[in-house]
Amino acid sequence: MPDAEPLSDLESESIEIFREAVAAARNPVLLYSIGKDSSVLLHLARKAFYPAKPPMPLLHVDTTWKFREMYAHRDRTARETGMQLIVHVNEEGLRAGVSPVTHGSEYHTNVMKTQALRQALDTHGFDVIFGGARRDEERSRAKERIFSFRGRGHRWEPRTQRPELWNLYNARMRPGETMRVFPLSNWTELDVWRYIGAKRIPVVPLYFSMERKVVRRGGTWIMRDDDRMPLLEGEVEELRRVRFRTLGCYPLSGAIESEARNVAEIIAETASATTSERQGRLIDSDQPGSMERKKQEGYF
Amino acid sequence: MPVAPESTGSGGPLPTLRFITCGSVDDGKSTLVGRLLHDTRSICDDQLSAVEIDSRRHGTRGERVDLALLLDGLLAEREQGITIDVAYRFFAVPGRRFVVADAPGHEQYTRNMATGASTASLAILLVDARKGMLVQTCRHARIVSLLGIRQVVLAVNKMDLVDFDPLVFAAIDGAFRTFSADLGFASVTSIPLCAVDGDNVIGDSDRTPWYPGPPLLECLMRADVRTTDARGPFRMPVQWVSRPNQDFRGFAGRIARGRIAPGDRVRVLPSGRESAVRAIVAWQGELPSAMAGDSVMLTLADDVDASRGDTIVAAAAPPAVADQFQVHLLWMHEHALVPGRQYLMKLHANEVTAVITTIKHRVEMNTGAHLAARTLAMNEIAVATLSTGRPLAFEPYRESRPMGGFVLIDRMTFETVGAGMIDFALRRASNIHWQALHVDREARAALKHQLPRCIWFTGLSGSGKSTIANLLERRLHAEGRHTYLLDGDNVRHGLNRDLGFTEADRTENVRRVAEVAKLMVDAGLIVIASLISPYRAEREQARGLFASGEFVEVFVDTPLDVCEARDPKGLYRKARSGDLTNFTGIDSPYEPPPAPEVHVRTVDMSPEAAVDRIMEMVSPDEGRPGPTS
Ligand SMILES: Nc1nc2c(ncn2[C@@H]2O[C@H](COP(=O)(O)OP(=O)(O)O)[C@@H](O)[C@H]2O)c(=O)[nH]1
Repeated sequence: MPDAEPLSDLESESIEIFREAVAAARNPVLLYSIGKDSSVLLHLARKAFYPAKPPMPLLHVDTTWKFREMYAHRDRTARETGMQLIVHVNEEGLRAGVSPVTHGSEYHTNVMKTQALRQALDTHGFDVIFGGARRDEERSRAKERIFSFRGRGHRWEPRTQRPELWNLYNARMRPGETMRVFPLSNWTELDVWRYIGAKRIPVVPLYFSMERKVVRRGGTWIMRDDDRMPLLEGEVEELRRVRFRTLGCYPLSGAIESEARNVAEIIAETASATTSERQGRLIDSDQPGSMERKKQEGYF
Repeated sequence: MPVAPESTGSGGPLPTLRFITCGSVDDGKSTLVGRLLHDTRSICDDQLSAVEIDSRRHGTRGERVDLALLLDGLLAEREQGITIDVAYRFFAVPGRRFVVADAPGHEQYTRNMATGASTASLAILLVDARKGMLVQTCRHARIVSLLGIRQVVLAVNKMDLVDFDPLVFAAIDGAFRTFSADLGFASVTSIPLCAVDGDNVIGDSDRTPWYPGPPLLECLMRADVRTTDARGPFRMPVQWVSRPNQDFRGFAGRIARGRIAPGDRVRVLPSGRESAVRAIVAWQGELPSAMAGDSVMLTLADDVDASRGDTIVAAAAPPAVADQFQVHLLWMHEHALVPGRQYLMKLHANEVTAVITTIKHRVEMNTGAHLAARTLAMNEIAVATLSTGRPLAFEPYRESRPMGGFVLIDRMTFETVGAGMIDFALRRASNIHWQALHVDREARAALKHQLPRCIWFTGLSGSGKSTIANLLERRLHAEGRHTYLLDGDNVRHGLNRDLGFTEADRTENVRRVAEVAKLMVDAGLIVIASLISPYRAEREQARGLFASGEFVEVFVDTPLDVCEARDPKGLYRKARSGDLTNFTGIDSPYEPPPAPEVHVRTVDMSPEAAVDRIMEMVSPDEGRPGPTS
């Protein structure tokens, strides 16, 4: 066996968090959203418990509006890791035809993501939920704990968060209460890409620049991944060399023009980027403090 | 996932410096961090434009962008213009990553500041050049010191408002050095700054030609990054035990201190079992060595047992194991600390019950003064005695943060209510000095939740020994104590049936009863021995069999004439009539004890009152209220 490489402090911290949370959990789950952060999260979970398999299933809360390449990557990942994959769709929302195209991002996100997540957690009775959120993503995230306690109904109370000192995480819960755990809290977008590069972690190819058919909408490039999203008056599709910095529902994920075709080029581009990764996401800028409000309602 | 080997490409991890910014409100902490982020190009255009919009709404800089708004992430903070919670910010320069904890300045958020400081290895303490050191500056410096931060940067900010006067700077610098001389800082660097304009933040300023440098960023580049100590002896708390199949047992944890390599001898605490490291198992390979800060999985050469909460340590240099500590405690909840109440304590991977038994004094953080205190309110700090339900492997906090820092959790609400730092052990749990798996007297007694005792009643026949002894046993039994009563008359029917009442036989009688009592005390019992035991020497010999404090001599003092008048068994009458010889008090001497632990004069004390007195002497066990005197 070749010697494995020394661990970085970031990686060690994340692994410690995984082990600590699993020790406290009755029924843990890893929220797998297919993106680059989820990929790193999953890799770290596998390292934390190696040679055993991570003692938790993967949960994908599916809005049914993800890119096709994402679904393919998700199914491949589940197969290759041998981990159980639970896919949850808010069937009620689906039947009601809730879509980002007709209902707008705010409502769609609430029904198909926030409510769907709550349904999935309640149905399966998960108590410890791992997520890939990072503190550098957004201002209110910067203040969130690594072990983020949620009262009944999954509510987040920013003013009464449990103080988190040293590496001591208080994971005690009463019935009905849950814990969101964020092992990547102290990672930045650049750290994530450096790690993906160093560890050769497979990611959805949409992150890499390629000529893609896109349409200009809302100040960004949108890729129509299927026919559910009709073109509006005056819109024309054109071929552009683009890539995605974050992946979500395709009508809500803006692409950026880029030449970065591999991880090294992405790292170079990210290091000199002058816009944040969330800029491409249409859901954050709905209203001021919108992320904080969504989280109070139980959004991840 | 394809099992490709991980490469060690140039994209490897950068070392991280974690630091905290603190100081009084409005000294410019948020502005300074905003400036650092801005000048290291860590702020993106869209974030900046969001701040520009906010600046117009809530900003304090008129038409200029208020960089502080980058930090105050919560709606309430932006609306009220204050920082409530710690914000963690990230930036990187070639060769180093930084994590900044931007801590709130208001006094009521001391706990948040301590939270930020707990993981930091450097503190930037801001001072407004116009105001100099304020009460809050001193307070923060003390908290920084208490939390074990040894590297301090004194940022003298708003130098623009004092015309970059070197004398103002020198005066503040001098005052701080005098003040902080005994706070244990290894390095103090003072820098004259103007956070709003960026002077001496990432580069030198031409407005301070008298300042030789370094600018702040350079100082942060040079600082020591490791909060954990790779040099000390090896310690790894076991977080999780991996048993994927029968042939594999891995102990997972993050190394708190020292280094480890295959072949190293280790000991598991508190059990004390020893073994050697077989391998450091890692993702698709094995590591040749690992050190403090690394999360690893160890396998051991022998089939030793360890579970979550145990600590694997260097066999040659194990840490102490104890269950009573002197600690520094910071209270973090609006419900005040209740001494004597059980809380949950989390110390590395352990979760045990713990009680603050006494508050020695409260530390007034502004001045450092010691004040008397019976309780502790939110944001107050005290030196206290803590006793735990189980012995724990630990190290003083100043030697190792991960082995000596703990939090207290409320047992009902599960909220984190306190944070503490172990100063030292007050009583070592002695069982670690024994061979592994040795069940000793402490272990047996601990199971019974009591302190074993031998309560030795001496006195004339008919003085009231049996009455009081029986009453005492019933009282102890009712309190859940494990007892045994050795009555002089009863042992003479069995164990001592071969003995008479000559001086030699009386001596042997006492010796045997004392030895039996000793075995029973060793078994963890509270033994009540009730026999005339007339000779001082034999009683002293009996006492010598026990540890100090364990033997409680009770002299049941009843004048001979009273005993004779009572004569419950008709023995005095027989002795007087000559039917009984060698009867104590009649034709055999009784030597009263010169200094018994309890002296019961039955003529003016009821048996109940006597039992009360004895109960006070049988010192109270953990968790029970102390004796009243
Ligand atoms: N003139 C001047 N004003 C400053 C400087 N640094 C901060 N300020 C102002 O001082 C006020 C308080 O700053 P802020 O960063 O919010 O302080 P905090 O409470 O310590 O975070 C704001 O109005 C800042 O713009 C400085 O170097 N010079």
